[in-house]
Amino acid sequence: MSATLIRGGHVVDPSAGVAADRDLLLKDGRVAAIESPGKLTAAAKQAGAEIIEAGGLVVAPGLVDIHVHLREPGQGYKETIATGTAAAAAGGFTTVCAMPNTIPINDSVETTRWMQSAERNPSAHVFPIAAATRGSMGEALTEYGSLKAAGAVAVSDDGKPILGEAIMHQALAAAARAGLPVIQHAEDTRMTVGCSMNAGALAFRLGLRGMPVAAEAGLVERDLRLLAELKGGRAHLHIAHLSTAAALDAVRRARRNGLHVTCEVAPHHFVLTESAVGEYNTNAKMNPPLRAESDRRAMLEGLLDGSIDCIATDHAPHASHEKEQEFDRAPNGITGLESALGLTLELLHRKHKVSLSRLITLLSTQPANLLNLRGRGSLVAGAFADVVIFDPKVEWTFRAAATRSKSRNTPFDGWTMLGKVRMTLSEGRVAYRAD
Amino acid sequence: MTAIKTRPEPPRVALPSAPTPAATPCSRSLLSVTSLSLEDVSAILRLATLLEAEEPLARAKRLASRRVALLFYESSTRTRTSFELAAKGLGADTALISSQSSSIEKGESLKDTGITLRALGAECIILRHLSSGAPYLLAQATGLPVLNAGDGMHEHPSQALLDLRTMLRTLDRPETGPSETLLQGITVSIVGDILHSRVARSNALLLPRLGARVVLCGPPALLPEVALELSPGITIERDFDQALAKSQIVMMLRIQKERVTGLHIDLNEYMARYQLHEERLHARAPQAIVMHPGPMIRGLEITSEVADGPQSVIAEQVRNGVAIRMALIHRALAPELPQLPVKSPAKAAKTMKQETAKKKRGGS
Repeated sequence: MSATLIRGGHVVDPSAGVAADRDLLLKDGRVAAIESPGKLTAAAKQAGAEIIEAGGLVVAPGLVDIHVHLREPGQGYKETIATGTAAAAAGGFTTVCAMPNTIPINDSVETTRWMQSAERNPSAHVFPIAAATRGSMGEALTEYGSLKAAGAVAVSDDGKPILGEAIMHQALAAAARAGLPVIQHAEDTRMTVGCSMNAGALAFRLGLRGMPVAAEAGLVERDLRLLAELKGGRAHLHIAHLSTAAALDAVRRARRNGLHVTCEVAPHHFVLTESAVGEYNTNAKMNPPLRAESDRRAMLEGLLDGSIDCIATDHAPHASHEKEQEFDRAPNGITGLESALGLTLELLHRKHKVSLSRLITLLSTQPANLLNLRGRGSLVAGAFADVVIFDPKVEWTFRAAATRSKSRNTPFDGWTMLGKVRMTLSEGRVAYRAD
Repeated sequence: MTAIKTRPEPPRVALPSAPTPAATPCSRSLLSVTSLSLEDVSAILRLATLLEAEEPLARAKRLASRRVALLFYESSTRTRTSFELAAKGLGADTALISSQSSSIEKGESLKDTGITLRALGAECIILRHLSSGAPYLLAQATGLPVLNAGDGMHEHPSQALLDLRTMLRTLDRPETGPSETLLQGITVSIVGDILHSRVARSNALLLPRLGARVVLCGPPALLPEVALELSPGITIERDFDQALAKSQIVMMLRIQKERVTGLHIDLNEYMARYQLHEERLHARAPQAIVMHPGPMIRGLEITSEVADGPQSVIAEQVRNGVAIRMALIHRALAPELPQLPVKSPAKAAKTMKQETAKKKRGGS
């Protein structure tokens, strides 16, 4: 029996419509009770609860990131499940969904189980996303039913988008039968051969081949057409890391037509533009690439008006020797778990006056709902005792060198962040505590 | 647990340049023409003339025993030889490293290659590379002055400077005038595969700052509209005859087969529309100066009659390359202005021009 009382904090739990001072009693990895300040003192004493004083701090359901690359199995030099989830906990995340582009590709029940084993020593809960096709080769579907039974919460060939129309149609239909969403990295890779940044004047000046907006928007529209053909089934398409206004417009139209399509955006796509590439900064190289200012503004608007469902980091660690290469040779991706909350608070909360409640909705409640992660993203009694406690007002300097991740490939090194995580509890256990 | 008060942090910094820099890149590098001020351009032109006119034995003492590495990941005739002769002309020791006969073949990274060259005593690295931006990485990794000898589709700054020198001398314009007006009233057409050309980018970024109008000319597949945004003072003209008619200078480019991916160019149609041949030149621009950075594909973008004809300054470009590159190497290794005796710059320039004219007459 272990119990914890989080006392005196300002609880923000959009799943219960709570944004008020509350005390929170956690017992045996679950939320036992949530009450007005002082009301749980007796119960806590009876349970022998450890007391955490959260005066002046926000207490919220642990953040949920439905798009991370933990690199295990196979690329432990970039990240392990232990280090990746340690970074997650430091960033306030208690749940992460791991993409299948591991080595081997996670297209099997064995790998799906292996990733969830306690031997991986995770600091946050890991939900695998299994490959949608065998080896992510886009040819034959994996076994959605058994993968789901083994713990997979979605299927995706992230990074190797499903281009074939017939196979995508099959994937959407089979995933609907299994009750899983299909997550598509929307990039028509036939249009992006040899490309390493956003297409446009800057790419032209830098002499880099550019990825056109149409490569993203075109595949989103194709997938939405397939989804429309399956209307009446329960197919759910989720668009990963949306980055262009054109693709967002397509999603909005499809929603108005009643299609079950959802989407996420990564913090770098609403914070940075392609100008961050500067003089070939490989820490500003990712896929989808940083786009034009008009696209960045569209991502912000989508977050503000609710057409974007959630924020996901696309945490993609790479070793320094891989990023310290010629720009066109360096791998895509940046780390994101420890900078997401700080950037979101700064830009959405302070600058654009988005409420904390809405912010937690985007970072916790909705992502948990999207992938049907029961008991996550909520602090109602009975939910998992996944909690983040943060100071929303304090400013601090993000240092790549201080990261818990194995990798340091971030464009935000040295940036001032708003809102510091003080403590993260994963299923009742302290997963991170600030110094 | 309570809220911890911390002191406010300094304002948000601009984006950091690169991961864990080993050193600050050297300001005596030349990675892009955009990093040169107009004063820099003018100083480089003057220095080129001074060094070129200097007595060879005296000149060879300037950088005696200094070490210059030529790191070439792509094949090159003109640029490599001209940088090498320029370095040797100043007395420097040179070492040539090419990707085919070095540990680069074994997979050594650019960063490690640079660090190795620095450890071997290289004080300046001249880099030609297939990847746009590679010189930035090398400059960051080594802290040495790096001279960009052509990086992917990005830039070829020494080529733009030698082209500028060639233009000024052929047009008989002073190199020392106020820089913004050096090329006032001159229209330069750059014709052909602009998309893949680092020469086109460096010239299009440099020449408008000196008062020139730059007309880019080529088919949409090789010249996208975004090229206009390179710099103010640029226009696009798809019709080669129209472009020629308004040009004092026409710069022809090769179609870069090695960089053309997924484009289908009908060469016969291309030649019909964009080849510079005698008839076209005489009809549209009988006075224009014809340039080509090389390598030329005779019979494709340019005919032999034009390349070898009286309007061509292609060999002058090559010759000017050595002078410009001496200036760039000198600037990289000995940034203080050289104390030069006797000959005044104007006199030296005059001598040079006479020589050029003599050679030209002999050649035609």
